[in-house]
Amino acid sequence: MTDLLIKLIPVFPLLAVIANGLFGRYLWSHDWAHRLAWGSVGLSFLCTIGVVADVLRTGTAHEVIAYQWIFGGDLTINLAYLVDPLTCVWLLVVTGVGFLIHVYSVGYMHGEDGFTRFFTYMNLFMVSMLLLVMGNNYAVLFIGWEGVGLCSYLLIGYYYDKVSAAKAASKAFVVNRIGDAGFLLAIFLVFINFKTLDYTKVFAQVGQLSPDMATAIALCLLVGAVGKSAQLPLHTWLPDAMEGPTPVSALIHAATMVTAGVYMVVRNHAIFDLSPVAMETVAIVGGCTALFAATIGLVQTDIKRVLAYSTVSQLGYMFLGCGIGAYTAAVFHVMTHAFFKALLFLSAGSVIHALSGEQDIRKMGGLSKKIPWTYRLFLIGTVAIAGIPPLAGFWSKDEIMGHAFVHHHYVFYGLAALGAFLTSFYMFRLTYLTFYGPSRMDHHTEEHVHESPMVMVGPLMALGLLSLVGGFLGFPPEHGWLHQFLAPVAGVGGEHEVGTGLVLTLMMIATGIALLGWGLAHYLYSMNPAAPDRWAAKAQGIYNTLLNKYYVDELYDVLVVEPTKKLGLALDWFDRVVIDGIVRAVGTMAELGAAGSTWAEKHVIYGGLNIIGYGNHLLAKQWRQLQSGMVHHYAAIIIAGLFLLAVVIQLIVQR
Amino acid sequence: MTSYGADLLVILPELIVVGAACLLLVLEPLTPPSRKELLAWLSLGALALCIGLTGGQISVLNLRVSAFSDLVVVDGYARFWKLLLYGVTGLTILMSLPYLKAERLQLGEYYGFILLALSGMMVMVSGADLLTIYLGTELMSLSLYVMAGLKRSSPRSLEASAKYFVLGAFSSGLLLYGISLLYGVAGGTKLGAVAAAIGSRGFDDPLLLIATILLAAGFGFKLAVVPFHMWTPDVYQGAPTSVTAFMAVASKAASFAAFLRVFVEGLGGLKADWSNLFLLLCLVTLILGNLVAIVQTNIKRMLAYSSIAHAGYALIGLVAAGRGMGESGGASGLASVMLYLALYAFMTLGAFAVIGMFRKGGLEGEDIEDFAGLAKRQPLAAFLMLVFMVSLAGIPPTAGFIGKFYVFMAAVEAGLAWLAVVALIFAAISAYYYMRVVMVMYMREPDPSAGEVPQLVASPALTVVLACAVAGVILFGLFPNPLVSLALQSVLPLK
Amino acid sequence: MVPLSAYVAVSAVLFITGLLGVLIRRNFIIVLMAVEIMLNAANINLVAFSHYLESMAGQLVALFVIAIAAGEAAVGLAIIIVVFRGKISTNVDEMNVLKW
Repeated sequence: MTDLLIKLIPVFPLLAVIANGLFGRYLWSHDWAHRLAWGSVGLSFLCTIGVVADVLRTGTAHEVIAYQWIFGGDLTINLAYLVDPLTCVWLLVVTGVGFLIHVYSVGYMHGEDGFTRFFTYMNLFMVSMLLLVMGNNYAVLFIGWEGVGLCSYLLIGYYYDKVSAAKAASKAFVVNRIGDAGFLLAIFLVFINFKTLDYTKVFAQVGQLSPDMATAIALCLLVGAVGKSAQLPLHTWLPDAMEGPTPVSALIHAATMVTAGVYMVVRNHAIFDLSPVAMETVAIVGGCTALFAATIGLVQTDIKRVLAYSTVSQLGYMFLGCGIGAYTAAVFHVMTHAFFKALLFLSAGSVIHALSGEQDIRKMGGLSKKIPWTYRLFLIGTVAIAGIPPLAGFWSKDEIMGHAFVHHHYVFYGLAALGAFLTSFYMFRLTYLTFYGPSRMDHHTEEHVHESPMVMVGPLMALGLLSLVGGFLGFPPEHGWLHQFLAPVAGVGGEHEVGTGLVLTLMMIATGIALLGWGLAHYLYSMNPAAPDRWAAKAQGIYNTLLNKYYVDELYDVLVVEPTKKLGLALDWFDRVVIDGIVRAVGTMAELGAAGSTWAEKHVIYGGLNIIGYGNHLLAKQWRQLQSGMVHHYAAIIIAGLFLLAVVIQLIVQR
Repeated sequence: MTSYGADLLVILPELIVVGAACLLLVLEPLTPPSRKELLAWLSLGALALCIGLTGGQISVLNLRVSAFSDLVVVDGYARFWKLLLYGVTGLTILMSLPYLKAERLQLGEYYGFILLALSGMMVMVSGADLLTIYLGTELMSLSLYVMAGLKRSSPRSLEASAKYFVLGAFSSGLLLYGISLLYGVAGGTKLGAVAAAIGSRGFDDPLLLIATILLAAGFGFKLAVVPFHMWTPDVYQGAPTSVTAFMAVASKAASFAAFLRVFVEGLGGLKADWSNLFLLLCLVTLILGNLVAIVQTNIKRMLAYSSIAHAGYALIGLVAAGRGMGESGGASGLASVMLYLALYAFMTLGAFAVIGMFRKGGLEGEDIEDFAGLAKRQPLAAFLMLVFMVSLAGIPPTAGFIGKFYVFMAAVEAGLAWLAVVALIFAAISAYYYMRVVMVMYMREPDPSAGEVPQLVASPALTVVLACAVAGVILFGLFPNPLVSLALQSVLPLK
Repeated sequence: MVPLSAYVAVSAVLFITGLLGVLIRRNFIIVLMAVEIMLNAANINLVAFSHYLESMAGQLVALFVIAIAAGEAAVGLAIIIVVFRGKISTNVDEMNVLKW
């Protein structure tokens, strides 16, 4: 029964994709398209609940083979699912939050061009994401990995008439390819070492891995994770990805897909645990990203971009948690983050919806009265992400920071604490600028401000509730329900027992940090609105650096994009000048070979062969005419290839 | 004399195809211009007969029958390739129906040439003697030279034909000279005799060395392997699109079949040496094919470079077979090549079918830019193209991934993990130029100043071709096992 | 008794002549002739080897090659005629619309 449910989970969205994708435009209206879309995800969610209930009751992992995909030789790859507690958590988040976002999208996307197309992509994304977290081997994980990447690409570029959207989509695609290459390399290394790709078999024999190989595999995996989860230095695509519709930002670029990197690291923790170097790297990447992205978030003026940098920063916390061995805490943070970040994005979407598409917070203000529900829910999200108890974000973030402190990673603790302060500050800054103070909207927009329909506010309320109470799943810290549930797969969190006093102290410090951030934001953006500009004017350099995101994009332009373009041009030039030159040279050589080595001899041979037009051939003009497409050049290349082969074979034979 | 009849029975499919081709050429002047499609149906009928004949032997797949004192042989290997070639030819003919109509090229002899080329390919895959393989190659090439230039009103088509002819004749000269030298070294032209004479003595004879190189060059030309690839982009771009599809798929498959047979059955004793040689060719091919494809703006030219790159991937399987430790390793290498080309056939045919019927006014929309905004205007057509591009890029769960997967696995099993990694990196790079087509289709509006917007002109025959291609790409991507086991069963024995 | 090496040498010289002809000559018809020379170089090899190895296979192959050469010439000349109609030229170099 459970096995059947497991098999059914990805089937519903898949059916919806096929139905909507093939016939949606022709056979039924938008109403049926969206009903199919959210209905299928809802059914998946119900199946998930059934499966999770069973896993909770029996406490065992289920491995289900859907069918044998590739077999023969040493290798069998099944399309098979592994549902263990780790997968359960992700399944709940993906289908649950996914369902809410689908419902929300019905209202948000109402009347947009390509409504059916949007839901087809969204469901396709759900299928891929489910495969990603449910697969029992690296191949299925990879299929899901590529699938979510493709959907992300298609959805970022959803408004393709916008040039910036198409550019952002390309950027996301290219940056993710770098990560994918690392991931594929890791899969190959796993196969070479273990001769299988199944998780259970790999982790059972992980002990025989040499430390160097473990480091290599772990670092390759990390490259993949860094790409997908937008960590330093591959973080640049995520803020640009905000060009997509807001529900997409909430679902793909906040709650689910970008956490796939964390899933991969936790899933492979057996390999990471073998390599202190890799662990250290994960922690450094995570810690630095957490702080780095938070500083950029301080000065952004686009509501979605602030949230995007905050996502990058929160993902950094998750990586930091993984890197210091607090896997359960990292998973916990993934979950709470999914709740409050989806809430924040969707409320932001509601704000944007109310303001007819305006995203610049400098043109907002005073909205708390006009859209009260959105305001309240956004505030819940802000308090949750800022880490103020007892909301969700506090418990998970505090657990990561506490783990860092208790296990003597004081530097990481410092990075995380500073990041937490900044997070609290920029989130409250966002809230103040958006909802308080005088209205800075233009008259026309202001007239049209309206609260979003129930189909949008409803999901927001559900997410708000989860953000309020979600943290108690991990209460009390280190011994909560979630910890016990995840214990079989993520290892036990705190090996050495920590005094309650220390835990409470750390909690109070964390709360203090968050409140301090709030206070500063309150001072700057509520009490003393002129101050921020003065501060910015005083520290012009820092301000501009932050505003330009540390010039990373520009750096990449200089370091990567321009050279690549140059390389393209060079290749072009190479094609025309060098290759052609070689062709000509080879042609000459062949002629020389026949004629001897001197000019005079060449003339003699030409004379001997009585070539018509040989004089023309010798004209310097023609030598400089850099063009190909000529048959005798091609023939010359073939001859050159022959010589090359002869030389190579000679070398091989002599060896 | 009694065995003579039996010999004819062995080559019955070839006889049917040649017979049908001759019949077509006779009937051609008798059919009124508006009824030329009848000739296409006639050739499809002949193909159906052949599929029945060869397909009926699938239960005795590996039964080895030889005829004409071992000039031709029908074994599992030949049956596998023949079935593939029938399928590809059938789809090409179907694709040609609307294409020729749109191009106003309703020439009856077109189908005759296709069948003659097919018979040449069939002789190639069945040839067990250097003579028959050479004859088959020539028959195929001569037909293709003419077909490339069938669009007589187009200077490009003529140029393609002329270039293809000059270089093809040149390369067949190299091939023949290699054969003549090999004959001198081995004392016979039968592959078995060659294998026996060479044994495992290696390149002790300079003539043998030169002969091997010339053979590699001659076949390398047909396979479009760097540095013998220069004709490919020009000819693919200039030739009528249905002919390009036929060349890119059928001629490449048949050439690979003959190439593998010659080097495995005939020159198997030198495998340690030629595997190094092809390793080098394969690397150069991967690098050049993939990198140059990036800068192309004409989609046919881009696919030409892509077809060069795909020859490089397939070569990995041959290298693995040569390096293969023991019997099984080699077999999986060869099987991976067969599988790769079979799967490559579906996606390439599909892509060319879309391109051929993608019309701007009366003309073909050949520039990648012409595809701008297709997703909005014709979502189904854009989706099909997306599937073909994704498959060519080797992204799961499409057929292209399965093909690459087996080739790379064969390389890993043969101890060439680094080669698999290099190929993987180039596969990742290749995604860039394939996805550019997708990006243009899905994320760009057509340039309003460009005038008429290109459309995919649908027709029943085209629908059948596209349905077959997309079904092949997706079904074999999801359920590759029937094809994989067929390839593994019909693989050549590697000595 | 002429040694085998003499035949092979003559054939090699012919082959290289043909090769160079394709490389150097610009006239389509002469390029075609150069290709024919290459084929005939192979024929000399085949017949010479056939004689010295006392095997008939080489001569048979040579006969087939002669037939193929005729076919190739026919197709080649047909292509030249069609191209010539369009361009009024048989210069191989002028066929360079398709490039890069």
